[in-house]
Amino acid sequence: MAQNATLDIPNNKLWGGGTSPFGASYGKLMMWFFLISDAFSFSTLLISLGYARHVHAESWPLVEKVFHHFPFTHAHLPLLYVGMMTFILIISSVTMVLAVDAGHSNNKKGVIFWLGLTVVGGLIFLGSQAWEWYTFIVGGEGVIKTVIKDGVPTDILVQGANLQYNEYGHTAFADFFFFITGFHGFHVFSGVVINAIILWQAINGVFEKRGHYEMVEKAGLYWHFVDLVWVFVFTFFYLL
Amino acid sequence: MEPIVDQSFEYSAGHGHRTPEQSRAVRKKIFLVTALLSVITIVEVLVGIYFSKTHVSPGTWTIIKWFYIIMTLVKAGYIVLVFMHLGDEKKSLRTTVLLPMVLIIYFIFICLFEGEHLLQYFQDLLK
Repeated sequence: MAQNATLDIPNNKLWGGGTSPFGASYGKLMMWFFLISDAFSFSTLLISLGYARHVHAESWPLVEKVFHHFPFTHAHLPLLYVGMMTFILIISSVTMVLAVDAGHSNNKKGVIFWLGLTVVGGLIFLGSQAWEWYTFIVGGEGVIKTVIKDGVPTDILVQGANLQYNEYGHTAFADFFFFITGFHGFHVFSGVVINAIILWQAINGVFEKRGHYEMVEKAGLYWHFVDLVWVFVFTFFYLL
Repeated sequence: MEPIVDQSFEYSAGHGHRTPEQSRAVRKKIFLVTALLSVITIVEVLVGIYFSKTHVSPGTWTIIKWFYIIMTLVKAGYIVLVFMHLGDEKKSLRTTVLLPMVLIIYFIFICLFEGEHLLQYFQDLLK
């Protein structure tokens, strides 16, 4: 096919036009380039998290002491909920890869089934994150913190977290939590919207008419990237 | 005038129709990778629960830290190469995507080094 043909072309002809040097279509290539820039955004966030952790090492909370809640129980279960969220995202990544696979064999029913499951997985993840944010913001018993109010040091009861104070530790801890998981959650949200649009198009036979399901592949790249970022967030925010 | 033909799809690697055997092989690989990713995540969570930072010596914690980082990179590698099919793309595209990531390693080094230094600086100030 076209890809095999380009392999035999000498370099000067390969870059001379009329063929794709990368063996990838315009849309797919641009999706890769977008993902590179997005990878830089996320690594900047995670690296500044590492920076803040090193600077405020003394007032940084132990993450497993903060995230030990699980729905419908009061048991102390550190990391289990985030582990479950990771698992949900991995599974929805698998259903996405199966949707892409079904697209390769122009299997419309397969694409609709697996893409539908991917959308459901994304929604479950978003719901889980909403619960996690809720638990984090509401907090527990709270701690007394001395803050400067109108130039006077005042003791206040801090419960849960907001962008100014949190009961867990340094202010930057909650800020980074909101910023990193929020930015990632926004990516998941837009991924779900994109997947839903493509699912709608697949149901309406847009890709059948076009003759190929490459659009599923492009959306899949984005979706896998979101999963990839979560793998890093899971390690660098929750585990370390 | 000749109609404009959308050739873009023709350029994509590995889009051709697959035989049932190929399709089965691809699916098998997907399920193997899924199992591996799930097992790594479960092991990571278990290690996180049973080897808490407060309970182990700093030396052990360093080993656990590197274990986490290496497992993360293994997971990331499988996601990018198998799920995102970067492993099936041409070498030029693979290099284009992966090479810029090398810059990040240097960035990590700068920021952590600087953070470490600032902590020391503030501690010295308070003495």
